[in-house]
Formats: sequence, C-alpha cells, structure tokens
Amino acid sequence: MHKYLPHTEADIKAMLDAIGVERIEDLFAEIPDSLKDFEMDLPKAHSEMELRKHFRELAKMNQPLIPFAGAGAYDHYTPSIIPYLIERQEFLTAYTPYQPEVSQGTLQYVFEYQTMITELTGMDVSNASMYDGATATAEAMFLAQATRKKNRVLVSATLNPYVRDVIDTYAHAKGIEVVTLPEVDGASDFSALEGSLDDDTAALIVQSPNVYGVIEELEGVKETLKQKKALLVVNQDPSTLAYLKPPADHGADIVVGDAQPLGIPLYFGGPYIGYMAATKKLMRKMPGRICGATEDTDGRRAFVLTLQAREQHIRRDKATSNICSNQSLMALFVTIYLSLMGVKGLKDVQKTSYNHAHYLYENLKGLKQFEAPFERPFFKEFTLRTTLDAEKMNQALKEKGYLGPFAHGTYDASKADLVTFAVTEKRTKEEMDELIRILGAL
Amino acid sequence: MAYDKLIFERSSEGRVGYSLPESPVADYDIDASLTREADPELPEVSEFDVIRHYTNLSFKNHGIETGFYPLGSCTMKYNPKINQELSSNEAFTAVHPLQPAESVQGLLKIYYETQRMLSEVSGMDTYSLNPYAGAHGELVGLLIIKAYHESKGDHKRTKIIVPDSAHGTNPASAKVAGFDVVEVASNCEGDTCDGTVNIESLKDVLDDEVAGIMLTNPNTLGMFEKDILKVAELVHEAGGLLYYDGANLNPIMGVARPGDMGFDITHINLHKTFSTPHGGGGPGSGPVGVTKELKPFLPAPIVRKAGDFYLVDEASELSIGRISQFFGNMNVVVKAYAYMLSTGRDYLPEIAKLSTLNANYVRESLKDTYELPVDEICKHEFVFDGLKNPPEGVRAIDVAKRLLDFGMHPPTVYFPLLYKESMMVEPVENESKQTLDEFIKTMRTIAKEAEEDSDTLKNAPYTTPVRRLDEAQAARKPRVKFKDLL
Amino acid sequence: MKVPKNLYYTDTHEWVKVDGDKALIGITDFAQNELGEIVFVELPEESDPVEKGEEFSAVESTKAASEIMSPVSGVIVEVNNELEEAPELLNEDPYKYWIVKIELEDESELETLKDADAYQKLIEE
Repeated sequence: MHKYLPHTEADIKAMLDAIGVERIEDLFAEIPDSLKDFEMDLPKAHSEMELRKHFRELAKMNQPLIPFAGAGAYDHYTPSIIPYLIERQEFLTAYTPYQPEVSQGTLQYVFEYQTMITELTGMDVSNASMYDGATATAEAMFLAQATRKKNRVLVSATLNPYVRDVIDTYAHAKGIEVVTLPEVDGASDFSALEGSLDDDTAALIVQSPNVYGVIEELEGVKETLKQKKALLVVNQDPSTLAYLKPPADHGADIVVGDAQPLGIPLYFGGPYIGYMAATKKLMRKMPGRICGATEDTDGRRAFVLTLQAREQHIRRDKATSNICSNQSLMALFVTIYLSLMGVKGLKDVQKTSYNHAHYLYENLKGLKQFEAPFERPFFKEFTLRTTLDAEKMNQALKEKGYLGPFAHGTYDASKADLVTFAVTEKRTKEEMDELIRILGAL
Repeated sequence: MAYDKLIFERSSEGRVGYSLPESPVADYDIDASLTREADPELPEVSEFDVIRHYTNLSFKNHGIETGFYPLGSCTMKYNPKINQELSSNEAFTAVHPLQPAESVQGLLKIYYETQRMLSEVSGMDTYSLNPYAGAHGELVGLLIIKAYHESKGDHKRTKIIVPDSAHGTNPASAKVAGFDVVEVASNCEGDTCDGTVNIESLKDVLDDEVAGIMLTNPNTLGMFEKDILKVAELVHEAGGLLYYDGANLNPIMGVARPGDMGFDITHINLHKTFSTPHGGGGPGSGPVGVTKELKPFLPAPIVRKAGDFYLVDEASELSIGRISQFFGNMNVVVKAYAYMLSTGRDYLPEIAKLSTLNANYVRESLKDTYELPVDEICKHEFVFDGLKNPPEGVRAIDVAKRLLDFGMHPPTVYFPLLYKESMMVEPVENESKQTLDEFIKTMRTIAKEAEEDSDTLKNAPYTTPVRRLDEAQAARKPRVKFKDLL
Repeated sequence: MKVPKNLYYTDTHEWVKVDGDKALIGITDFAQNELGEIVFVELPEESDPVEKGEEFSAVESTKAASEIMSPVSGVIVEVNNELEEAPELLNEDPYKYWIVKIELEDESELETLKDADAYQKLIEE
C-alpha cells in the first residue's frame, strides 16, 4: 500500500461487508465497461528519495537570473517569517471559511488585509482578493458595466499589454466594446479623453505608474468622466502607495492591481494576488468574497463572510462574477508583509527602489546606446530608447546572469527600440554598476 | 478567553518588524505634487509580535491536519509535506516569468509534463495550466466553446445547458462568458431526484441554439451519469460541445476518463484531486484540457516541446486570447506534479477506489439515522437530507454546528439545492476506517441528542473559539475594515 | 401565512395595493419567510419607468437573493427609503412596508393579477 492510503486488507473487507458488496470493483458496476478499457502512459510511483533526486535535477535545469525587468512582476525582498507563518497547516490546508466558528483565523486575516488595502488606496472597501492584477482589472470592467449598465470601456494605451490582452478576452465574452485612449510621450493622452467618451461609456481604465513606469497625471480626469457618468478605474502597484497619492484622491471609483510587489516571490508568474477596492456605493455589486465584523451569541467580536447574496453560489447566473476560490493564502502573505514593514518599512523599500531606479536611469542615459524617449516622472521602472537590438542585448545580459529590461517590441513592433528597466531595493549598487558596464560595452 | 486582538490593536508607535541593508546610492527627490498628504495607517509591530499574533490566529482555524474534514465537493485530502518542500526551492520560486526559455527548462518541463499527465488521466489531447481556479477554468472552457462556434461562422449558439444539480459556478460562468443558461431536469422517482440528466428533458432543450452542456461526473450527489454516452451522442448530434467540470474527478481517476466519455473540454481542480493546499480558499489551479480539434483555441501563453527543448509559444490565431498575466499559479502546479509522481500510475486508481469505498461505507452506516434520498451506490460523496426523524425546528445547520464540538468539520450544508436539508459528505481516501467509525459514532450521538434535547444542537457549538454568529448584522451594517469598528 | 384580502398578488410573490392612480408594491409574507433574515433592499431610482414583469429591485437575505418583478407598468414615483437603513422591516411587517409607489399606466393590467384566494391556493401547493 501507499503511505498516503491507510486501508488494510482487513479494513477493506469489513467495509465491503458493511456495504454489502463483494469487491471494490462492484462499486463501479454502473460505469459502462467500454469506458473502463484504457491504458494510461504515466510514470511509476516515486518514493520520496526518488522524488527528491528528480527535483534536484529539475532545479539544475533552471537558472534564476537577477532581474532588471518588471512588467507586472517585481523582485522585492520576502522576510523570512512569512513563508514560515503561511505554511502553518491551519492556514495552508483549510478551505473557504464557510464555517466561521472554526475559521476565525482566516476570516480575521482577511479583515486585516481588507483594512490594509483600503488604507493604501484610500478607498472605502476592499474584497478578499482576486486571481491576479489582470483578471482583477477585467472584473473591474465587468463591475463598471453592471453598475453603469453601459457596454463600452476606454482603456489607456499605456496599460501593461498582458493586462490589456486579458481585458480584451473578458470583454469579448460579454460583448463589451474596448476602445483605446491614445498615449502621448509615454503617458495617457487625456486631452483626447472628452472626445473619446460617449453616453455608452461605462469607465476609463488607466494604469499608474504605467507600462513605461511613468506616473500618470490623473488630475481632472474624474471631472471629465463625470460628464458622461463614466467610472474611473485605476490599476496601480499597491507598493507605490506608501508614497504616491492614493487613487481615491483622484476620485477613483474602483482601484485594482496586483499585490505581488508586496513581498511575494516571483514564482515564475504565480501565485500572485489581484486586489480590488471600491467606493461604498459599489460595495454590494463587487465581485469576490468580502469579510465583515459581527458578534457571536455571547457578544464576542467575530468575523464572517458577508454580502454573500452578490456571489455565484447564491445568485448563480445572476451573479456579476463567477469567482469562487480566490488567492486567500496570498492575502495572508501580503498582510504579514505589511505588518512587518509598517509604513516606515514600506517607505524604506520604495524609496530605495526609487533611488536605485533613478541612479540607473541617470547612468544609462549617459551611455551612447541609450536616450530618454520622454521626460516624465517615474517610480521604480523607467523606459529608455536604445540603438541596440533588444533581443541581442538581453541575450548578452543573460549570459552574465541578468534578466534584461522588458522589450516593448515583444508586443508592438513599432516600439522595438523601447525597453523598460525595473529596479528594486534588492538590486545592489554593484549589480547596477555591472549592468551599466555590460551595456556600455555593447 | 481566546486571543482576540487585531494586528492594528497590537501597534505601538515606533516599533519596527523589518531590517534592510543601507544603500550607498544617494537620495533622489520626488515631486511633492505626486506624493500623498497623509500616510496610510499600517501597524507598527515587532517581528515577534507578528509571529505571536498570526500563530494565535492559526489556532482558531480547523485545517486538514486538525481533524476530519468531509466537506463535500471540495476533496479535502492530505497535502503532502514533501510537495511543499520541493516547490519551495529557490530554483522554482526566484524566477521571473519573463525569463528566456533556455534559463527555465526545469519549470517548463514541469509545466509540459503536467499537461501530458493530466491528458493521460482524463483522456484529453492537451491542457493549458494557465487558469487560476476551477471557476476560471470554466470560463476558459466556455470561451473555447464560444470561439469554436464562432470560427465556424455559427453565431446563433447562445445557450449553455446546465443540470439543476450543478455547482453555482457553472451558471455564473456561462453568464460571464455571454451565454444564456438553460436548466435541464434530472431523473426523478416520485419526489426524489438523483441529479443525473434526464434524457427526455435533454432532448427537449437541444436545438441549434445550444452551444454546449456543462456536466460534473459523478455529479454533486455522487452519482455517475450512467447515460453519459447517450448524452454525448445527443449533444454532439445537435452540434453542441460537452464540458466536464472536474470538481469530482477524484473517484474515477484511472477507472474511466472524461475524454472517452465524449467530453470535448475539461477542467481539473489541482487543489482538489491533486492534493495542492486549499489555502483558506486559494490559490488553486484549474487546468483546462481539450480534444485535438479544440487545441488551437487554448489561451496564451502555450508551453511546447520541440525535440528536447521546452519553449513558450504565442497562441494560434484562433486562440481565445490571454486569460492570466503569466502562466497561472505555477508554484501550485509544481506541487501537483510532485503528487502525480509520488502516486504514479500504480496508485491513482487506488485513490479513486478507496475514496469511493469510504463514501459508501459512511453512507451505508448512517442511512438508518439520516435521511438518504438516493439509496444507491455512490462514488466519492453522497448527500443526506437532514436527520431521518428531525425534532421540530432541528435543521442540517444544527447538526453541522454540533459536529464542531466534536472536533470535526461538518459536511457541505444546503448544497446541492435539490434538497432542503442537504448535507454533502466526502470522506477522502486518506481517511482511515477508524476515523470514519468515529464520525459515524459522532453523527449517531448527535442524532440522539437531537431527540433528547434539541436545544443542545440549536445552541451549538460550545467549544469553538467563537460561537454562532449574527450574520444578518454583518450584512445589514457592513463593517469591512478596522476603521469601521472604531 | 398572512394573505390580506384587499390586495392583488403575483405568481412571483409581490403584492399590489391600489391607491387612486398609484400602486404600492411590496413582497408577501410568504416571500419574506422564504428569504429569511432580510439584510438589504436594492432600491430603484425615482422617476424610472418600469414595464410589467421587469426586475426593478432585489431583496437580499443572508442566504438568498430574490429579484422583484414589477406587477404593473408605469413610472416609479416614490421609493421607500426607510428600507435602506432598516431592511428588516420587510420581515417584521411585509404588508405595511411597501418598496415602491408606481403611477399606473394601464389599470387593466390589474386584472391579470391574482386575488387573495387564488394566491392563497398558490402558496399552499
């Protein structure tokens, strides 16, 4: 028998007797025989020793590069106690807190997570998490469509292309028309906003800092949108909100993004965590789970999933979203990260990232291979125009153990000379100086 | 009294819980017009404060390792520690998703091999591992159905058939994918329905506007669709596609395959069938499998193998597009891959058989005490309709809450919607006969308590960190962040 | 289950009380009992037009949600804002607390509705 399976021969015999059948196969009698006749080409069962050996070989086939790319995944430091705490089985192995009496651990950290997200964004309410930043943005589009009862959204051209692709996929599902708001010099062209709006526009979706790393100037955008009763949806890296003006100050109705930069490892793309925060007015239409405070029969403070009438298990085909499982454990990850860092730590991390990015920018800009394509404020990611072939440049960097900048030519050939570097507190001056040396020599 | 602080209530001005190296790089100014006026309020706590706080919170949760967890439809099986250890290797975690393929051959191999093994288990041609969860997989599958019909210039197929016993996500996903939902009735004897598709009702709803049907097999009552081959034939004849919701794959792994049954698209919940931790409600992973004909519709990015080299490819022209920022919950996939290797071809069928044996043993042992609407051999789970002889006012929820006092997680209650007092029991293959016997004994004790003094149940639980909650208060006056409590 | 005689009823458990050229609309005792503890009433905007059979509101409880269909056509002239703060009033006295007041467009629509006896029969089934 296998170590995960506890049944002895005697157990099986006794259980079959109780059921009143002779063999386990009798429990599958109703399945047509024609369906039972097949071969599976699968590996044999591996012992733990064999498994470890196999994984050592797989690990050797990976070469983690030191990243100078971001584009939605950022290499920030993970404090040691986070993996330790989230691997406690009580958090790790439980499911959705449907029985709140034995799920207060989960429910309370979700409540703390919601609080922290509202603090960072300045919004009234946060849900308990979404899959990733891209799907959270697409769900924000659905939320805008459902509340405004309009079928068209404006999306800024400076949105991360992967997020844009996911929006397009989701929009096609519901027959929503997606229109691009043009860019100018690395930022959204808000002078074109009024002309792009119409009565059927549900929302504008804009990212800040955007795909070039540029901090968008959102002053006055909401006023223009209001004329057509369209919502403002802002996609923002929440780690930047230790410093930057919260989207609520710009009148955002929905704020979304990926909270991966709050200490979550790169994990080759996942699990990360989408977040969504909104105004109180939109609370009862928000997708996903929401945790609220209440009392138990003895009058003790307690937490519970609330406003459940919004969700698929009650509303079925009338729900605004189909989300069920979310990224709960990653919400715990973020909550512990923000508890450890506090505002001071988050500011330290972000200011260091900001300084490092500006140091690298100033130095690369001085090389003959690079120039600044536009003069705009940026945070920890910045864009340069290069005379180098982006692919060859990144190949050369890879050979030195670095992941080169995000090449915009990978999604738009007309932008083949634009590359975006991301720099975090984890990049040392030595690494940056080496990068400058390597690139200067190309 | 149990620990009851929020992390914000442990905060003391000036305390820190982190350390960072000093950077030799000089300060660069940041334009004041861009920065916020007031700081966000986050806790100020030491590292030790944080450890003690979250350790205390963890004590308020019931996990799989705490005790029996027969939550129907959720497959709460053991999450092996070795998978956790293997997936934590920096060679898998410290890798940026944009790294070039030649630097991530190990991860791409895991992705590719997992696609292949899932295909073998389910009888499909290939899989995309990008979907993040079951419901996400459903959406992806439905978009594939949509794209398939559109590619043939067939735009009138706007309906998706869903049985009345389906998971709530099925109709919700269909709606999100832009379809209208048509319910099909199940087979009934008198007032009792077993959730399997009624062939005559199916014929009634099939027409040239039907894009496809979504089925869970075995269904939410643990019943295998005996007529599945007929269902497939009818749906295909009508020009529709069959979608398999893999929530209940566990009891048929290695016994029968959705692909052989005629399903065109499947999703599998790695966090159910393939033992990855549920994480308090995620991250899961919901790979989507397709037949060869539907392969071009899979979402981007695609992982392929050319010779001995694993590579990342853009999707075909026909693809539904991108549905995730990168490769989905890749670190979850690593754990599922480790699990598949440790069970291998030898033990996957054993898992199916023993989970089915467990469910039937419990079902048979308790049917004299609890109402069993469908008294037939089930697969991995079955549904009671409350107590057989419930005293006035005693409901399924009361039995569930009383179970908590015995250190057991209750079954799924009030789902499926077919019965008023549904209690859906799924005792997975890792549970021993001793554990099941204890559960059976406890369920009998509770039934007896109900008869003797029903208040014992109605006021339960007594021993949990908190007792029954006022859910109405929470929803009427939502308090959803710390400041709402002040 | 209370079914007052002087009202009209729908198959979907709304009641209608005629008051001159206006109609008060609410949910029946049966409906509130099925829903359980009501926690939220989604109120429409005043001056919105509605068609007979159109969903114009939703009532949510902790465990369920129910769309409210308009039994008549017309314009919503008043919504009961009391329910915003205290949705539980619909549990306490579903016939006292109406949800909206509609200016009737076509009085003959009332004839398509059920009377108390017919509704009583419906809920007994």
